[in-house]
Order: sequence, then structure tokens, then C-alpha cells
Amino acid sequence: MSEVVVTGIGVAAPNGVGAEEYWKAVVAGESGIRPISRFDTARYPIKLAGEVPEFDAEQDFTRRLMPQTDRLTRLALFAAEFALEDAEIVPEELPSYSMGVAVSSSTGGLEFGQRELQALWGTGWESVSAYMSFAWYYAVHTGQISIRYGMQGPSGVVVSEQAGGLDALGYARRRVRKGTAVMTAGGLDGLICPYGVAIQSSTGEVGTGTDPERAYLPFHLDSAGHAIGEGGAVLVLESREDAERRGAPRLYGTLAGYGAAFDPDPAGPGGDGLVRAARQALADAGRSAQDVDVVFADAAGTSALDRAEADALCTLFGERGVPVAAPKALTGRLLSGGGPLDVATALLAIRDGLVPAVAAAPPGRVDPRIDLVAGAPRSLEIGTALVLARGRGGFASALVLTGP
Amino acid sequence: MTRRAVITGIGVTAPGGVGREPFWELISSGTTATREITRFDASGHRCRVAAECDFDPLALGLTRQQVRRTDRVSQLAMVSALEAVLDSGLEIDGRLAERTGVAIGSAVGGTTTMESEYAVLSNSGADWLVDPAFAVPHLYDYFLPSSIAAEVALTTGALGPASVVSTGCTSGIDSVGYAAELIRDGDADVVITGATDAPISPITLTCFDVIKATSTRNDDPATACRPFDRTRNGLILGEGAAVLVLEEYEHARRRGARIYAEVAGYASRCNAFHMTGLKPDGREMADAIDAALVEARVAPDAVDYVNAHGSGTKQNDVHETAAVKRSLGEHAYRTPMSGIKAMVGHSLGAIGSIEIAACALAMQHGLVPPTANLHEPDPACDLDYVPLVARERRLDTVLTVGSGFGGFQSAMVLTGTGRAA
Repeated sequence: MSEVVVTGIGVAAPNGVGAEEYWKAVVAGESGIRPISRFDTARYPIKLAGEVPEFDAEQDFTRRLMPQTDRLTRLALFAAEFALEDAEIVPEELPSYSMGVAVSSSTGGLEFGQRELQALWGTGWESVSAYMSFAWYYAVHTGQISIRYGMQGPSGVVVSEQAGGLDALGYARRRVRKGTAVMTAGGLDGLICPYGVAIQSSTGEVGTGTDPERAYLPFHLDSAGHAIGEGGAVLVLESREDAERRGAPRLYGTLAGYGAAFDPDPAGPGGDGLVRAARQALADAGRSAQDVDVVFADAAGTSALDRAEADALCTLFGERGVPVAAPKALTGRLLSGGGPLDVATALLAIRDGLVPAVAAAPPGRVDPRIDLVAGAPRSLEIGTALVLARGRGGFASALVLTGP
Repeated sequence: MTRRAVITGIGVTAPGGVGREPFWELISSGTTATREITRFDASGHRCRVAAECDFDPLALGLTRQQVRRTDRVSQLAMVSALEAVLDSGLEIDGRLAERTGVAIGSAVGGTTTMESEYAVLSNSGADWLVDPAFAVPHLYDYFLPSSIAAEVALTTGALGPASVVSTGCTSGIDSVGYAAELIRDGDADVVITGATDAPISPITLTCFDVIKATSTRNDDPATACRPFDRTRNGLILGEGAAVLVLEEYEHARRRGARIYAEVAGYASRCNAFHMTGLKPDGREMADAIDAALVEARVAPDAVDYVNAHGSGTKQNDVHETAAVKRSLGEHAYRTPMSGIKAMVGHSLGAIGSIEIAACALAMQHGLVPPTANLHEPDPACDLDYVPLVARERRLDTVLTVGSGFGGFQSAMVLTGTGRAA
């Protein structure tokens, strides 16, 4: 079975747009979590979020597509563009059926949706946009990317909340292994509009503080929930043979193994779903736990889920058996965008031999069983990285990355 | 050894009768279940007709807690999953539970509750800054499409890979295609798969109303949707779910399971043309059909029956007629091709799986379900659409196709147990 490599990375994250800008911010420990700017949060329990800042290229976005897209879809289109440029792939030059798209999302764009719901309920159905039929459903990013680049090959959308982005990459990896030359895959997600924030406040798992520096402290003993965020990443996947044959400018690494499992009790002790997903992914990659140099954790930020993940890491690697990175503490949880962004981060970490850090914690405040990389990035030659993700309700997914 | 995926259990919750057998009775008799909308007050809407399910989730085995925490879209999938697992005779526990996955398709997920809760939080659309104090505890779970897969996993005891597959109106073919791949690739031995949608709500009806995709035949609900008919004027929304137990062939054979059919070939393509428009030549759907036939190692002229997308819009029916001719050539004219949407409506992401269930049941019964409401053939649609009356025919190889917003085109080939054995 052919090896599937990543040849392009496109990022739209709260702390940086574009892979290099984002990576610079991550290495510097810069957080994108700030007071919500998009609407007045006075009556909302959630005050903070990782919003993707506006950037110059947005001004030049195709005017024709403006009225039919939520900003989230535009971010997905930009992330795809960045990734294809990074890979130096010119879609017009390739057979259309040899390219496919798999960009996961739990919402196509709820801000667009809320606006049209308001038109329907406030005014009447005749005032609803003709674009509503597709502008907010889960497959919209994938459909729009396929149209923009003439990608007519196998495409699909796999949704499993925060685990969905890894599942989309797993799906895309199957496509490349079965003959699709180029897959544009990842996830872009987020719910930062009044109704979206109200929806997320219903779980009780989102922090309600106002201090951005304390908004999301995974594995901390005094963690009080996660921060929400928007954005994600799109990757270009190819077979190693194809990438080498065409002289791809960059080989970031290999998607060496994938595994997924369902855990009916995700907050219970043991982290059984994560353990099974990780073991499958390692077996798929032909690796063992000893080979793993760093884990990019799901890092849920609520005490029960963090404890379950720490249990899982202890079962897999032993106590403090592996360095653990949690860069999503700098972006908030991005739903389907989170897994692909972690994969992008892990690939850049492999490239630069540097594990990104979360803010330093006072002594004794982090789960002592976890070797959480904090304070400053850690220099480390990384041959194999494990990325974990859990989706609300019991989804657990794992991806094993190896260096180029 | 090559792993193969076979259907060993079927559960259907569709309009006009709950359960697999009532569903088959309805579609094989050519009876339509489209009616005036009762799920909400649709007066004033362009289209006021839909195909609704009359089902009581409590009577069908769900608990009050399950009903409270889920949207109708999950409930339809959960009761169908219970029926499918029962039909398969599988006990999903122990090691098998870890080897059992879930892949459920849905186009619009929990939109219904999402909208009704929106109406509360926003004071019926008066406030942009909706009031979070009125958010119900399960609002996020209603909202998340992936809740469907989680609930099906919890209901059936599956512990393997689980997800929702969402590609608009091809979701129900793509989810089963993904499930078959999980089995063939060795990720699972059993996958609880299928699709569900419950889109009969003001916002989803509006989505199709504003682009004039819906039929306006409000005065005659029973004949509102007329696939391939010269007088067709649009689709009729439906709701429902079909869940299949997909099982690795050797696993099924060893336990002596009844095998409905093998999921032998599947492919999807994008038209990369328009989010809602279709090119009349059907080129991309034809490519999906060709690829699915190749994967199934079936020659185009071996196809015994084509289950059409047949949504009843002007452009769709011409588009897929062209696609099938492109792929099957002259054989297209000799092959019965019928669609069930006049009877059970277009349940968006769900319908692809409901149609796969229809195909498997048609193979079991040796009977092609008819295209209802087809009285006046359209010269632009010149294949054999099996109008009004079912037709007896031995079905060894069946093709089903779907087409969806986003430009998605999918095709699946089912082959009979004769070949699988």
C-alpha cells in the first residue's frame, strides 16, 4: 500500500493565518483567544473565543461568492488555496478526476444560517436567501473547494465533532491509497455568532472566565473548561511516489497510521476509546508506543475528560512516558478544524525539531502524570508523532505521523 | 484474502408505514405517502406537501431519556438501527462490539430542533442577540450532526469507528460506501450504516422553496411528485431513515446469516460545476457509475435494475437519464429504472440508504418497485421507468444512483447472494 505524504499545509487559525504565521505564533506562545469581537457578549456566559483575525487577502475574495458563503467557507477556500500553493499544485494542469476534496465541518456556517433564520422567522420565507439551501450545510466547504479548483474525484465529508477532522484525513488517506492523486483534506469549523455561542454554552464545558490567559488550561488541576474557537487547516495529500515524481517542493511527513473508536463513557476513568484508537493507529503504522516521540493531545480542558486522557496516555506510555503538546490551548477548540490544525502543527514541529509549549503553570498545578510541554518550546528530534482527538458523545480518533 | 461487505440486516422508518415490511408493501404497491404537511403550519409556503413518518419512538423501543436528549433525526436512525440489528440476528458484544463501527449519513442533521430552539431564544426572530438563558441542556447535542452516530453507537453497543457522513443528498449512498470500505480495509467486521434526515421544518422547506425546487401541486398531495413525467414540477420533501447491518462476508457466512446482497461497488464524483445546478450531460454521474461497476467487476450490460434518484425536478430527471445512457449504452433501454421518491418523498441525506434498502428488498422479492405518478412520459426521458405497477424480474445486479447539492454524484452496485456464495 502506498505511503501517503503531506505536501502542502494551509492554516486559518485564531493566532495566525498561513502556516508560517501560525507556526511563528505557536512557537512564541502567542494565544489567539481574546474577548469576542463579533457581537456584544454582555448577556452571554461565554466572553472569550479564538476568532480568526481579518486578513488582507480577504479584501480580494471573489466578489461573486461573497453573498453565497459564510466566512467559515471563505476561510476554508483560503486554507485550500494556501495548501495548494504550498504544494505547488496547479489544479488546472491535472486531470479533474484525479483530485478530490474532504474538508470536515460540524456546520457550514451558522452565522449565515442565523441571519437567514432571522429572515424567515422575523419577516417570512420569501425573504430568505436563495443560497441558504447550501450555504450552511456540512458539505459546503467541500463542494465549494471542488467547484473552485475543478476537483471532480471522490470527495466526502466525515463529521464526528472534534474527532471529525482526523477522520476526514483518514478518509482522504484511503482515497490516495486507492488511486486518487491529490486529496485536499482537513477541517474548518466554528460557531462564533450569537446563536452558536448560546448553543455551545449549553454544554457547561466551556470556560466562562474573562482572563484570556486562564481561558483554556488543559491538564491543569484547576481547569474550568475549554475556550471555543474557529478555523482549522487544509492539507494536500499525495502518494510518496507521485510527490517524488513531480518533484514536490516539500514533504512534511507521512500519515502513517489511523485508528478510530467509540467510547460510550468518554469522561469515565481509563480513556478506553483513546487507547483503542491509538493502538489501532500505531498498528496501522507498524509502530509501537516506544517509537512515539511526542503526543498532540486532545486536551479537553475539563477535569473528567483530561483525567481520562491522562489515564489513556499512562496506559499507552507509562507515567510521564512521552512529551505531551497541547497547542490548542492557544486557539481554543475548533471542532472539526482542531484535528487537522494539530496535524499541521505536528508536521511543523517535526520539520523544526521543536515541540510547542503552552503557558507555564505554577508548580504542582498540572496533572503530575503528564509531561506537558509548558513554558518554552522543547527541542526534540521527532521521528513519530501521535495526534489524538475526541468528539463530543464518545468519538475517539488517532493519527500517527512520521517524518519525511 | 479479499474482504467483502454484505447486507445482513435492514431497518427502515419511512413515510406510509414504520418498519421494513410496511415500507416494502408501500413501495411495491405504488402507493404514495405524500400528504399535506402536519408537522408545522406550512400555510403560506410555496409547497405545503411532504411525506411524513408517523412513528412513536417510545413504542419502538427508545427510552424517555433517549427521546429527550435527541432530535427526531437521531430517533429515526435509532429505531431503524434496532430493527436492522434484530433482523441480522447479531449479538453485538464482547470482541465483536469493538469490531463494530457506525457510519450514518445525514444532509441536515438536527436542523428541526435547532430551528425550534432558535425561535425560542430569538423571540421568533426578533433578536439577533439571542438569549442564552433559554438554551435547553441538550441544545449542542441537537445541533451536532455527529450526535446521530453517537446515539446509534450507544443504542446498538457498537464500540468501533463511528462517524456521520454528510454530502448533502448523496449522504445515504456515501455512508454505506464508507462503511463497506471500513469492512474491506479491515477497520471493522460489522458496520451499522445507513442514513437519516428529518427535514420537514420551516427552514428546510424554505431552502427548497426559495430556489423553486419544490412542487407546487398543493391541491393534489398524493400526486405532487411525478418523476420522469412530462408534467413534473418539482420535488416533495420526505423524512425517514434506513439502517443496514453491513458485515464482512466470511463473518456472515460462518454464522449462517441471511445475506440480502453484497455491496460490490461504489464510487463518488463531483461535478465541480455549481452548488445546486446540474449539467444536462450527466458526465460525472456516469463516471461514478462506471467506476462503481469496475469495482464490482460487473459489465454494464449485466445490470438488471437501476434505482433512480428520480427527484421529480425538471433538470434532475434529464440529467440522470443521460448519465445512465452514457454508462450502460444500448442496455439502458432494456433495463428497468424506477424511483421511489413519488411515494416516500425526498428525504435528502436519508433517501440514498432508503433506496439501497429498497434495492436489497427488491432483489429478495424478485420485484422491481414502480415509479408512481408516471402517467405522461416525457420525451426527454426515454428509458423504461416501470410506471405505476411493479414488475417481476430476477435481480442479480442492481445499480442505485444519487445526486446532491455541492455537485456530489454517487453510484453503488449491489450483487446477489448467488454470486456472494
